[in-house]
Amino acid sequence: MANSRYWLSFGMLAILIAVTGWVQGWSVALSLLTVGLISAVMALGLNMQWGYAGLFNAGVMGFSAIGAIACVLVSMPWVTASMSIGLETLLQNPEGQQQAIETLQQDLPRRIAAEQQIGVAWLIGAVSAVLAWGINWALRSRFSGGRRAIIVVLILAVGLMFFQNRFDPAIRVIESTGFGDDSKYLGGLQLPILLAWIVGGGLAALAAWVIGKIALGLRSDYLAIATLGISEIVIALLKNEGWLTRGVLNVTGLPSPVPSAKALQLAPYHLEMGTSLIVNKVAFLAIIVLFLAAFLWLAHRALHSPWGRMMRAIRDNEEAAGAMGKDVVMRHRQVFICGSFLLGVGGAMLATYVLQFEPAGYQPLRYTFLIWVMVIVGGSGNNLGSVVGGLLIWFVWIQAEPAASWLFHVLGDQYAQGGNEWARTMIDRAPQMRTLVMGMVLLLVLRFAPRGILPEALQRK
Amino acid sequence: MSGGYGGADILSGCSIEVDRGEISVIVGPNGAGKSTAMKAIFGMINLREGSVLLNGKNITGLPPQERVGQGMAFVPQGNNVFASLTVDENLEMGAYLRRDDIRTSMEQVYELFPALKEKRRQSAGELSGGQRQQLAFGRGLMTQPDLLMLDEPTAGVSPIVMDELFDRILEIKESRIGILIVEQNARQALSIADMGYVMVNGENRHTDTGAVLLANPEVRRSFLGG
Amino acid sequence: MAYLTDLLNGFLWMFNFLMLPAITYGSMLALGALGVTLIFGILRFAHFAHGDMMAFGAMISLIGVELLNHFGIFTYPVPAGLLFLPVAMLLTVLLAIGLDQSVYRYYRRMKSPPVVFVMASIGIMFLLNGLTRLIKGAELSKFNARRTFGIEEVDVAALTEQLGKRAVRTRTDVATEGEIVQVSEPEFVFFTVRQFKEATGLSEGFGLDLIQLIMVALAVSIFLGLYWFLRRTRTGKSMRAFSDNEDLALLSGIDPQKVVFVTWLIAGSLAAVAGTMYGLDKGYKPFTYFQMILPIFAAVIVGGIGNPQGAILGGYLIAFTEIFITANYRKVANYLLPEPLEVMGNLQLLGTEYKFGVSFLILVLVLLFRPTGIFRGKVF
Repeated sequence: MANSRYWLSFGMLAILIAVTGWVQGWSVALSLLTVGLISAVMALGLNMQWGYAGLFNAGVMGFSAIGAIACVLVSMPWVTASMSIGLETLLQNPEGQQQAIETLQQDLPRRIAAEQQIGVAWLIGAVSAVLAWGINWALRSRFSGGRRAIIVVLILAVGLMFFQNRFDPAIRVIESTGFGDDSKYLGGLQLPILLAWIVGGGLAALAAWVIGKIALGLRSDYLAIATLGISEIVIALLKNEGWLTRGVLNVTGLPSPVPSAKALQLAPYHLEMGTSLIVNKVAFLAIIVLFLAAFLWLAHRALHSPWGRMMRAIRDNEEAAGAMGKDVVMRHRQVFICGSFLLGVGGAMLATYVLQFEPAGYQPLRYTFLIWVMVIVGGSGNNLGSVVGGLLIWFVWIQAEPAASWLFHVLGDQYAQGGNEWARTMIDRAPQMRTLVMGMVLLLVLRFAPRGILPEALQRK
Repeated sequence: MSGGYGGADILSGCSIEVDRGEISVIVGPNGAGKSTAMKAIFGMINLREGSVLLNGKNITGLPPQERVGQGMAFVPQGNNVFASLTVDENLEMGAYLRRDDIRTSMEQVYELFPALKEKRRQSAGELSGGQRQQLAFGRGLMTQPDLLMLDEPTAGVSPIVMDELFDRILEIKESRIGILIVEQNARQALSIADMGYVMVNGENRHTDTGAVLLANPEVRRSFLGG
Repeated sequence: MAYLTDLLNGFLWMFNFLMLPAITYGSMLALGALGVTLIFGILRFAHFAHGDMMAFGAMISLIGVELLNHFGIFTYPVPAGLLFLPVAMLLTVLLAIGLDQSVYRYYRRMKSPPVVFVMASIGIMFLLNGLTRLIKGAELSKFNARRTFGIEEVDVAALTEQLGKRAVRTRTDVATEGEIVQVSEPEFVFFTVRQFKEATGLSEGFGLDLIQLIMVALAVSIFLGLYWFLRRTRTGKSMRAFSDNEDLALLSGIDPQKVVFVTWLIAGSLAAVAGTMYGLDKGYKPFTYFQMILPIFAAVIVGGIGNPQGAILGGYLIAFTEIFITANYRKVANYLLPEPLEVMGNLQLLGTEYKFGVSFLILVLVLLFRPTGIFRGKVF
């Protein structure tokens, strides 16, 4: 009985993808499928937090962004090293490159000095943080919370000023030097990209641990606001700290785990152009599917383990569970961390797919919101529901724009041709219908089908 | 009346009556259904069977808010004042449904509870436990009810305060208001009761005047500690 | 004596660049926070859609102004947005009540947990998000943006007299070769920074324009009015009672429908006022209103949830902190310090991009050290 729902939903999805492929081309369909599945990974993570433990994470975007930046930090080349290598290459063939060689020879030592200064600055920062924490701990019995907060803030502020003093000039050097595209930031460790995915998840999990310490154990509204705030701060950091992320200049050329289309056309594959594009996409998709399958399996095991049962017991009746001596907050923290791991991996996957890290692309809340709709529509508490939700909602989100444009054109073209300003502006604004439609979808599903397409598989009292 | 929270009945065939100017008391062991009976009378619980009559009028179909308008006042057990409002404002809220000049009623309440009068501009959250109970009574009285229902009025107060509260209840009785009390402290409650209802497992076990019940050996043994 | 002038200059700089903006920004945050704290206290959930509700109110005012201008009517020196404020308030209230009846009421009846309300409010936020951008677009529009007319459409002489020579310009439209008139309605200014400097001879000064004055005056009157309403009227007291103890309020015969209705009435009006005032000051851009949610929520929590005085105080506190912490104190330091110690580089604690980070930081500190807020509101 329940099985038919599964077959029906996946069958419907398959049909949608197939139709897209037929009408709009296989490249589009594959792209839809890939991003849909990546979103499913993130929805799975959020589903753990919401469906298993009832935690309202409004900062999904921040965690994903952390995963994405890990790709940069782990897999991009270290700029100073690039510069050295570049210099050597140029020196071997110096004709016409005098200017470039001179610039590099000037910049390299400045950069190395700057990197040292950055180290010093962080040392100062660490010392003041430890000092602040230590004094807070030492004084905790003698001073009230409010006064200790002021002392902590003062120490940190002073430390910050010294930190800035070392840091700012160093940053200016970093952000103005480089070699070709590898420029204007520190760079990364040049390790394999798949490792970056895991590291991304790990960093996101770490962030979740920190946030959990602050915001878990409070009411769900508070958690929502706190996570939203953290996410905004993370994004602001990523946009503005150019020395780390290149800020609005974006980091392009992230390494891919599969050979690029161009590489496929050369030895040893020798594929045709059209085929190479498809093979490249399919290969990437295959990796995503592998990861997703692994995560699904892990999640399924977790859900059906004693740990999972306890989580659901806590969610269904927190007071009773607390009375029974279960450490509710710790369990919540565990779920929060695990879920955030998945969010980080998803964010890393997405960055790798588009082959670049673009901080400006993290539109506040819209990103977060979409994943939420995926979880709710797909069925909160149900792992496969996240997959269904991920694919379906991504499909709707992508197709809504051309559909709306088409609709608006049909309705308004006659007026627009006649020079009607308003009609033309409205047609331009068709993409906004997406947000409106998504809002309606969420409200309707919340009201009329709150359990989602694939409701929670296990019985709830 | 018979009824409950849905599912099994908590009350079965239980009957309570209060006369004007008289005090009726419901006592019984924990879980006997005392509070349930009171909530049923007030309309917070659906009756499967039976009816509630006030001044001869059948009000069984009315929701609790409307019973207040009919002349029933309910003072819940805990959390029974507006902690962030002043004493004055609490009484004003008690009289929310009244459209006439409430100052006389307020003066009457302050006469009854002089301790409150001093603190009329203080917020209710700053009152002591006993004073808060008095304010809760006062709030109920502001509706000029025919029936005042008190759910465990002495829960959690010290013996001295408890005596004072019972004295006040007796004074309220002077104004010809019917009073229905659910009480844990059976002995004290029965000593002021005109009518007593001992409830066990959702039904009346003994019904008689307070004095008689106090003298009843079975009652004494079970609930009064001999 | 010279040092005194330096001191004065330093103070004037701070007044113009820090205190004045903080007061106007704080007024807006306070108005927004008032609405949110009422909704928090009475309807008991975090109203994420508040920012977009403010955007909606601002949008209505803006449309009204554009309509008026379209017919060549300019209301200088009175900002036209102000004239449309009642309309904006009415429509925003209708929107709020409509949304409440169609969305929130159901969950109230079902006694759903607060998180469902938050999710619904996020859905509504997106609805409003798309709606406002559909109707008015996502770009920045100023209330006194330049309007263009054909030469026959307006009375150039009258406009020039009303608005001043610099506001009205006739030129030839390149495309149509016809004469067009471009009107940029000025903002009424009591005195500019330059006039102040010329009048006093100091090197720093401040300016005051009508909109700033109106913002603060309007905000303060609203604070007083709301205070009177909540403290002295029967309905206001019943709302406080309802917020304090819902069950007891119901027992006292207080009508929950009426309380909900009045709550949205007040919150919707406040949102429209805050949105319009901010738009008049800085221009209308829907995204900015959404971003405001964070400092507004910070203000509410800092002041104590459900506490109107706390919301007002919190609003100004957050505004002042945001602006003072991200300011560049180079000039002030240079006024205060003797010549040899003067600072060359910037003296900024945090960049202005981190303004919202500051509110969030405050929020975190409050949550860590004193979650009930300054006025000990509800923690829930």
